Amino acid sequence: MSLLKALTLLQPKQIVWHGGSTRDMATLKDISRRLKSVKSIQKITKSMKMVSAAKYAKAERELRAARSYGLGAKSFYDNIELDKTADTTTNKHVLIAATSDRGLCGAANSSIVKNIRTQLNDTKTNLEATKIIALGDKSRAMLSRTHANNLLLSVNEIGKRSVVFGDASAIAQTVLSTGFEFDTAEIVYNKFKSAIAYTTSRQLVLSGDTINRSKNIGVYDSLDSEVLRSFQEYNLASVLYYTMKENAASEQSSRMTAMDNATKNAGELINKLTTYYNRTRQSVITTELIEIISGAAALEQKA
Amino acid sequence: RIVAMNSMSVRNQTTTTAPATSAAGSGADMIFTFAAPSEVFYNQSKNVKQIDVPSMSGNMGILAHHVPILGVLKPGVVAVIENDGTTKRYFVSSGSIAVHQDSSVQLLAEEAILVENLDTKAAQDTLSDSQRKLQSAKDEREKAEAQIEIECAEAAIKASQ
Repeated sequence: MSLLKALTLLQPKQIVWHGGSTRDMATLKDISRRLKSVKSIQKITKSMKMVSAAKYAKAERELRAARSYGLGAKSFYDNIELDKTADTTTNKHVLIAATSDRGLCGAANSSIVKNIRTQLNDTKTNLEATKIIALGDKSRAMLSRTHANNLLLSVNEIGKRSVVFGDASAIAQTVLSTGFEFDTAEIVYNKFKSAIAYTTSRQLVLSGDTINRSKNIGVYDSLDSEVLRSFQEYNLASVLYYTMKENAASEQSSRMTAMDNATKNAGELINKLTTYYNRTRQSVITTELIEIISGAAALEQKA
Repeated sequence: RIVAMNSMSVRNQTTTTAPATSAAGSGADMIFTFAAPSEVFYNQSKNVKQIDVPSMSGNMGILAHHVPILGVLKPGVVAVIENDGTTKRYFVSSGSIAVHQDSSVQLLAEEAILVENLDTKAAQDTLSDSQRKLQSAKDEREKAEAQIEIECAEAAIKASQ
């Protein structure tokens, strides 16, 4: 049975306790079957927790190294102050959802999709000029149900291996060659705070034209368009790399917590089921004894 | 990636005394960040006096209060001269350099390694591989890729010697 379906069993249900007189709603065989399946689920979630703990340790280590790099790349956009008076209705905007292919990671992927959905459902948003790039199958699946027209591009094979700069630069290349000339883009990702906390954040990215139009660009000495283009492309790849690294660490920590909770729930359920099983077994034995004894007593009386 | 060298001033190895912009802080030193995606070398360090970077528009020397610039790196050696005079040389494959108005400098390299750790033999092997690739390149894109590899390998060999 699918793991997801089986996990619904892990919500500790109220076990209805009948008196010994009524026939039990579940026979011994049913209970023992259920008990066996919950036990194997507990083993699976426990091992998934350990695997994601190891992946989390690696992701956090790599993030620490990538943070300075990423913050350096980010600071370029901070220094280029976007012209606030620019007409935002004609602004072509792209939302890049940084999620992963795999689920069972708590709210990590769904919080990003929720964040994007609230913006898309907001009446002030110009849906024609807003496109989505889905990194990871999870966001693609969730967004293609409701906003398939806005989905520009999707990327998968994310989440299995850790992100390298080559991946980010390949993605950046694809983003820039979709044919949709965007003015601004925002990467929606989960910023890693600690092993139990992350925040869904957005990182603004500007297109080459927007940078050229901004007022601060004149500060930079003798900048020619070729250099600016190369610079902006490289910066996009760097920022993508950084946000994907943050997201990976958040995802693994979230999965670790989710699997830990699932294991605990499974343990509770196992305890409850075992108690129920034993009581059922005892009541079956008692019933059999009563039948035998009353049968023997009836015979004795006759004699 | 081939930038036409036009009348734009080509800065050479000697230090450029760029006029301090009026927006420069009160004697603030350079805040230097030098990082690669997998490793950090300098993080907001105030200890650095000067850096020499190989950019597409030529080798540049950057001190504190340099005019704000944005540049793209080409394969070569970055020399970082700290306040106490020690110089560290790193080979970088590519990347970007940004100097902002507040004297913060970000040097982001795609790959960077101390020149002492360069393996000449491996670089030479890469060079012969990429020369072979250039010979057997089928289209413009493969040719360009092979040429970039050659450029990088040659710079690596030069740096390691």
